[in-house]
Amino acid sequence: MGRFEIRWHGRGGMGAVTAAELTAMAAVKAGYYAVAFPEFGAERRGAPVKAYTRIDEEPIYEKTPIEEPDAVVVLDSSMVGQEAVLHGLKSSGWYIANTAKDPEEIRRIIGRDDVKVATVNATKLAMEVFKAPIVNTAMIGALVAATGIVPLEKVEEAVRDRFPERYVGPNIKLLRQAYESVRVVV
Amino acid sequence: MAGKKKLPLSGNTAIAYAAKAADVDVISAYPITPQTTIVEKLAEFVANGELNAEVIHVESEHSALSAAVGASAAGARVFTASSSQGIALMYEIMFIASSMRLPIVMAMATRALSAPINIWNDHGDFMAASDTGWVMMMAHTNQEAHDDVILAYKIAEHPDVLLPVITAIDGYFMSHTIEPVEPIEREEALKFIPKKVTWRVLDPDNPVTMGPLGTPEWYYEFKRQQHEAMKKAREVFDEATKEFEKTFGRNYEPVEYFMMDDAEYALVAMGSVAGNVKAYIVREARKRGIKLGLIRVKLFRPFPAEEIAEVISNLKAVGVIDRALAFGSSYGGPLYGDTLSAAYIRGIDTPIVNFVAGLGGRPVTFHDIKTMVDATLALDGKTRKDVPKEPYFIGVRE
Repeated sequence: MGRFEIRWHGRGGMGAVTAAELTAMAAVKAGYYAVAFPEFGAERRGAPVKAYTRIDEEPIYEKTPIEEPDAVVVLDSSMVGQEAVLHGLKSSGWYIANTAKDPEEIRRIIGRDDVKVATVNATKLAMEVFKAPIVNTAMIGALVAATGIVPLEKVEEAVRDRFPERYVGPNIKLLRQAYESVRVVV
Repeated sequence: MAGKKKLPLSGNTAIAYAAKAADVDVISAYPITPQTTIVEKLAEFVANGELNAEVIHVESEHSALSAAVGASAAGARVFTASSSQGIALMYEIMFIASSMRLPIVMAMATRALSAPINIWNDHGDFMAASDTGWVMMMAHTNQEAHDDVILAYKIAEHPDVLLPVITAIDGYFMSHTIEPVEPIEREEALKFIPKKVTWRVLDPDNPVTMGPLGTPEWYYEFKRQQHEAMKKAREVFDEATKEFEKTFGRNYEPVEYFMMDDAEYALVAMGSVAGNVKAYIVREARKRGIKLGLIRVKLFRPFPAEEIAEVISNLKAVGVIDRALAFGSSYGGPLYGDTLSAAYIRGIDTPIVNFVAGLGGRPVTFHDIKTMVDATLALDGKTRKDVPKEPYFIGVRE
């Protein structure tokens, strides 16, 4: 697979940084090298947040920002279509959005015929499971379903490692539901 | 990637795990970005009962290091951490800790100094500490950041050394980046660094005075002894890293050579930028047939002058990347100054050029590294007389 770089977009408190970390953990469990990092600055709840995951078969030496991601994942449905989210996304890269809309419509909104689109209504799924819009594990489910970058069971292992016992079950349920319900246009 | 269990840890958390494994007795610190989560995590370990240590809440970094000096003088294994303005505020006490020969370990998440206020990464704070008499190391991975804390106590508490040690990581680029880290457990750490008071401590039954007036009859001898202790620190560093490798299987050298076996050119760098250079060498330079290597300085004080001069003597040209400026100096960047003196004293004629890059958190990109490599290659066939007398300021708006 070579290298795969992911940029996560959310708002402070949604769990974008945790999603980036969990994905890196899962990738390490799958035998890859991986690192995760947030956009560096002063964090505050509600503000736009970016986080990054870098995955490779070879050791990752650099600590440079990801400028041309292979995938962008949009946790906040209100950010779908924003220029900042599309910035640098590779041609034939993945645009993965939390939205009720279908992927064809998203592709029209973002105006990029050269990218693949995956959508999942993560907010609805998360409200059913958590009674709160905590969508990060759902979006990882959508990412791994669409891209196949890491096996689902490795993400589940990472979730088990990362969360306290009582949060493991609901997070895995949400992860699987998102994995199953993702819609894709390539 | 078999072996022991790896945890996804930020640079800060990796350091906190190491301080826990070292079973520190006293943590005296004042939070500052981007170092904050080191001390937060340690406070959590103490609150959970995972670490039996005294956390001293202080009102400033000056007090944090003062309390660390007091606790160390009482025989405690002491840990603190800081960055930037915090280091600047500790400055007075840093000289006192080293001169009183107290084996304090301080982690530094390097960050630019004000003004203007800037919470992001460069080496201004680290380089400002370079003449304070502390042993200084800088890591370039989170695993190394973790291991350095364990190594630091080994060196600091060695009876021939007894000097405080700084273990640095790059703020944000490492402090906030998650990498797989294999943490050292307390039991194995304490076999490597047994808790034994090797230094003179305050004891009511055998009273001593510490840090009194040193008149002209005596002061100079103290400084001469510190100079010797620093030289000893180098010997002990070499012993400690050998034993570390035998125990934990990871090898560290004062200078890391990357792709240097057949190299004709090299960049000298420290910290996370050294990682960027490694990636550039593998992904770009070598693919284009450029015989470029990296000389990564891990141990900054005492400076590994002999090794660096030796490796440079065989090269066609060398570029030194500085993440700080020594304003008004004859050289430009501090790492360049040390590299240049090491080579000059040994009569080495290889052209060595200086690059200043990435101040105040500006990323040092592949494009920047290419600019530096091109400028280094341009010195092929030249001598040191041909080297620009001013540093190249990489990525700045003029």
